[in-house]
Amino acid sequence: MAGYTQLTAFHLDVLREVGNIGAGHAATALSEHLGKTVDMKVPSVNIVSLQEMTELLGGTETVVASVYLRMQGEAPGTMFFMLPLGQSKKLVSRMIAGEPYDPAEGVYSEVTLSALQEAGNILSGSYLSALSDLTGLNIQPSVPALSIDMAGAILGYGLIEISRSSDYAIIINTSLTEPENLHSDSIHGYFFLLPDPDSFEKIFGALGVPLHE
Amino acid sequence: MSEAIRVGIAEISYCGPASSIRTTGLGSCVGIILFDPMTRLAGMAHIMLPDSSMSRTALLNEAKFADTAVKAMVKNLEMQGVKKIRMKAKIAGGAQMFQFSSGQETMRIGPRNVEAVKSGLADFRIPLVAEDTGGDKGRTIEFNTDTFELLIKTVHQKEYII
Repeated sequence: MAGYTQLTAFHLDVLREVGNIGAGHAATALSEHLGKTVDMKVPSVNIVSLQEMTELLGGTETVVASVYLRMQGEAPGTMFFMLPLGQSKKLVSRMIAGEPYDPAEGVYSEVTLSALQEAGNILSGSYLSALSDLTGLNIQPSVPALSIDMAGAILGYGLIEISRSSDYAIIINTSLTEPENLHSDSIHGYFFLLPDPDSFEKIFGALGVPLHE
Repeated sequence: MSEAIRVGIAEISYCGPASSIRTTGLGSCVGIILFDPMTRLAGMAHIMLPDSSMSRTALLNEAKFADTAVKAMVKNLEMQGVKKIRMKAKIAGGAQMFQFSSGQETMRIGPRNVEAVKSGLADFRIPLVAEDTGGDKGRTIEFNTDTFELLIKTVHQKEYII
């Protein structure tokens, strides 16, 4: 599975659908939590180098709020939900009535951190349970952890398992947004799903799409 | 001074006198600088994993692992005429980006990377003259071959020099 050479365009379509269903459920869950509409963009599936991976979201030094968890069980992998820093504070101000929106860097109240953690829990939990239902595979989330730091440092950490067997990662990327016609300051969050290299065969197998023709 | 030479994740680069070399977004990864104060030659690696025995690929990227990266840099600097006895090292990185209660091994990858780099340097008897490792924050580092200073930037603090 070193170069992902067996993957065809059809396989990538299947992964896109996986992202679609997972993020669709996550959008619904967040929408219920916030009491407002949350839209989802059509997912993209890309095979990227380690270097390209750490440069997603506008460069390795972009500050992001990120919830990280490991997918455990039959198809292990890594999942991130990431928001650029300013966006994360907007999300919190929508979640908690009365929490002032303070765009300054380096200031995070306990409430802010726990609200972000909670948003991450809701989103990733619903994403993964949809994935588990779809594939029939036993996939459980680890307890999610939150970090506010450079995107490169955070994504690099998520690549540890993959980097043992490849210089490339398959990334299923979906973004959630608020309907843009209402606010120009709508929130954009990104899901990155990074199955471990050995998990692809299991995911495709469970969906009835053989990896080898 | 010209623009700093950039070192990407799982890469090694070298630079000469009166220049600087940098890598961005070190999380659990470790940045290793080997330099010679006399010739002012330096190399920088951005390693991800402690040991090349963890690799599951046929073709090994030596810049990805602590043990092979140190070896490759020593060899390269020697080929450029640097005596091993003159080489010095500075390192930074090896943070734990996320705190977990579970004791899974990959979670401790930052500290393990740091230990592996130190033992790699010790194998070649290269003195570690400065380090800024551990903690839970990402770092961007830049090494200058004029001053031999290593500038460290983090998101939450003012930048500092080791």
